[in-house]
Amino acid sequence: MLELRRHNAAFCAPDFLEFFRNQVREAIRKHRMLERDERVLVAVSGGKDSLALWDVLIAEGYDTTGLYLDLGIFDYSVESRGKCEAFAAARNVPLLVRRVVDEVGAPVPVIQSVTRRPPCSGCGLSKRYLMNRVALDEEIPVVATGHNLDDEAATLFGSVMHWQTEALPRQSPALPSTHPKLVRRVKPLYRLSERETAAYAFLRRIDYIVEECPFAAGATSIAHKEILNRLEDASPGAKHNFLFGFLDRARPAFERAEAVTLNECARCGQVTTGTLCAFCKLADQVKRRV
Amino acid sequence: MKVLLRNPRREVDVPGNRRVKDVLRELEILPETVLVIRGDELVTADQVVSDGDTIELRPVMSGGGP
Repeated sequence: MLELRRHNAAFCAPDFLEFFRNQVREAIRKHRMLERDERVLVAVSGGKDSLALWDVLIAEGYDTTGLYLDLGIFDYSVESRGKCEAFAAARNVPLLVRRVVDEVGAPVPVIQSVTRRPPCSGCGLSKRYLMNRVALDEEIPVVATGHNLDDEAATLFGSVMHWQTEALPRQSPALPSTHPKLVRRVKPLYRLSERETAAYAFLRRIDYIVEECPFAAGATSIAHKEILNRLEDASPGAKHNFLFGFLDRARPAFERAEAVTLNECARCGQVTTGTLCAFCKLADQVKRRV
Repeated sequence: MKVLLRNPRREVDVPGNRRVKDVLRELEILPETVLVIRGDELVTADQVVSDGDTIELRPVMSGGGP
């Protein structure tokens, strides 16, 4: 049994699994995330969310390819890569692996020390860049990530706390391709909380990495999640209302009337708003100091 | 009863024969932040756990991403 306070309901295992799949179907339908006749690149980390997402998309009959980005974070990366490889092998689905050290010139721990940026900053930048580039290289038109309701609510909370109004229009369950070198990005789990994705992974016997990334401790997004969880405890449904109220009623107000001008990076050719993209700048910074 | 906690992995002994929500309250853990696992099944907050039980409180929070 699993109780979901925000739905004021308790589910047996089979009913919960169907509820979960229905939420994913509804997300895909509402935002026209995926077409039946196209390939989908599923970004997987070895954690519960991305492997649960991959599991659902396979069951729903989508033509999926996994992408694991090896961040080079010590034993954590070794174990999480092993989980992804075992998952793919057991289901006979393709998995691509790319190593950040090969692409940037150093693994995430070194990037963090030489750039003095928060570790999640260089890591997230590298992941977004590489997901898009690998999808283009493989001629896959869409990347699906395992972002859940808690992830999205915490990101929104952080943006609102600092009134980062330029970030608000970009926060969406589905981002269209706005340039020939940008693939679509979709988040089919955005309607599901991370407790729900954890329950799905457990009930489906998915072997995922439970241990947290060693760099996550102290991350701002974790602090925001903790605040939102206290709100949720006092008022079930608070996270859902916060995120969905934004998406339905507030986000349109922040969408800019004029589009941002997109250029191609002078070095790598990927999309940027400047001359040199943030990824190439990061790689330059690493090369100078390593 | 034994309670297995993660991040870091550790085990604590607490009195049983009470509801899961009471155990969580004693350990100052919000129900929304964990799965409560006994054997190969999930346990709800209103279920009673006995002195001889071992339960795992598996955290569900992930992230750190920007």
